[in-house]
Amino acid sequence: MRPLLAQLRVEVTMIFTNGETLFLTLGIPVLFLLFFSGVHVLPTGTSHPVDFLVPGILALAVMSTAMTALGIGTGFERGYGVLKRLGTTPLGRPRLLGAKILTVIGVELVQAVVLVLVGLTLGWSPGRSGSGGVLVGVAAGVMVLGTIAFGGIGLLLAGALKPLVNLAVVNTLFVILLLLGGMLIPLAKLPGWLADLSKVLPASALADGLHASLGSGTAVSGRDWLVLGVWAIAAPMVAGLTFRWE
Amino acid sequence: MEHLADAPAPVVTCDELVIRYGDLVAVDGLSFRALSGEVVALLGPNGAGKTSTVETLEGYRKASAGSVAVLGLDPRRDHASLVPRIGVMLQRGGVYPMLGPSQVLHLFADYYDDAEDPDALVDLVGLGGVQRTPWRRLSGGEQQRLSLALALIGKPEVVFLDEPTAGVDPEGRVVVREIIAGCRQRGICVILTTHELAEAERLADRVVIIDHGRKLAEDSPAALAAGTADGSIRFTTDPGIDTGALVLAMGDSVGVDEESPGSYRLRPPPGAAIPTVVANLAGWLAERGLALGDLRTGQSLEEAYLAITGSAGTSDAPSGPGLDGRRGQRAGRRSPR
Repeated sequence: MRPLLAQLRVEVTMIFTNGETLFLTLGIPVLFLLFFSGVHVLPTGTSHPVDFLVPGILALAVMSTAMTALGIGTGFERGYGVLKRLGTTPLGRPRLLGAKILTVIGVELVQAVVLVLVGLTLGWSPGRSGSGGVLVGVAAGVMVLGTIAFGGIGLLLAGALKPLVNLAVVNTLFVILLLLGGMLIPLAKLPGWLADLSKVLPASALADGLHASLGSGTAVSGRDWLVLGVWAIAAPMVAGLTFRWE
Repeated sequence: MEHLADAPAPVVTCDELVIRYGDLVAVDGLSFRALSGEVVALLGPNGAGKTSTVETLEGYRKASAGSVAVLGLDPRRDHASLVPRIGVMLQRGGVYPMLGPSQVLHLFADYYDDAEDPDALVDLVGLGGVQRTPWRRLSGGEQQRLSLALALIGKPEVVFLDEPTAGVDPEGRVVVREIIAGCRQRGICVILTTHELAEAERLADRVVIIDHGRKLAEDSPAALAAGTADGSIRFTTDPGIDTGALVLAMGDSVGVDEESPGSYRLRPPPGAAIPTVVANLAGWLAERGLALGDLRTGQSLEEAYLAITGSAGTSDAPSGPGLDGRRGQRAGRRSPR
């Protein structure tokens, strides 16, 4: 237990003392929320853009932490030989992974609280586009699946690519999924073929699931569950099979 | 335990170890042992197979053939029970770049049930003044000393140090040497690699000279130096002296070569009294008004090393008596594909 807690403390410290990571996980989501809810340039298709933005940016937050922050951080640790060195300590891989998972969950909780508070301040009315109710438990389930899927993608890349290549690929992927994932721009605004492609990606399934559960208080579609579920199983599995520790 | 008191069980055993990377044979039938409180240096040029060997003992690599054991355990199969008992210093890196020495040592200390005091260890390796400086801003020597401290934090019974003095300044080297001497005193077995002869000579009780993945020699630094010594006398004087005349003056069975301009090697006949030979040499030089620069009758480890590694590439007669037996052993092994 003590090794896990010590590792967790250091992982959390590194996240919250690293300016780039903080900007990525909190700065960008909060700025996007403030900017696009005030400046109505996005085709959100609603008279209250903040209603569309809060669930979408929660999805963005999950992606930024589970895929981008975890993937880039782990990639550099691998490049610096940290993962190799930890391999000959009694910490062990399960506890290292456990500390990273707990750190991701902790960061996401902070993100969720901050984004919900900022959203409410900006006039977000959860469930306004539907019956007025929200499915918080369903939203949490969607976020857990999204976290597993994106965490798997981040570790898959971190364990295969050189740190700087990994950095570039993860950031590119982040921007592409941000634009194509229905987080800021509704999929309906994309060309048909691009929307179809996007629907099998975890980003749009996560965003769509959050829009349904938090935006309109409606059930998450079977397709979203399926897409998220498949990614949540496949990505960590492939990462586990291909991860190179040095 | 069960072993007899007069035959201490080796702490580290490397037996006919072969490591292949695809078609490349990095380690080719290497065997050596190390005991508690013994400092063993694997000495050889870059690419000799030193790191591959050490990383196999640490459990990072799999032996292609042969076997290794550390504290009687298999480094891969018994990984979980072995890692709390060993300390590892990688050739480079291995530390979170944004953490300082104190933070990293406290973190690692928490991995172990029984660890050294991190604050005392920071001072021991002389990093007290930079204990909060992030690793990436430490000098190369400071990074090395932190890695060394991390190898010791878990009170290991065996430590593996891959190039512990590489990139370390002279003062840092003194610290590293003192720490290794301290390990020996406490009965810790130290396996280190180096391509620097002077370090091997200073640090190690026993040196295993490796090249192309094979053991060329193994002994104490002093015995290695003596073992390949052929009784040659080396001296310097003006370049281009008449070596033929010198041979005539000294007697037929003497050999004289000018190894490089102005540097000569004189081989006295077997059984000759060295002081007499030196006296005759000095007299001959004096008669001709020649200066006598360096004059040395023994051999350094460096010369032994060069004699050992230099002759290893050729297949003809061994260069020194100390190597006969070992060369015989090697002849039986298969050569790399």
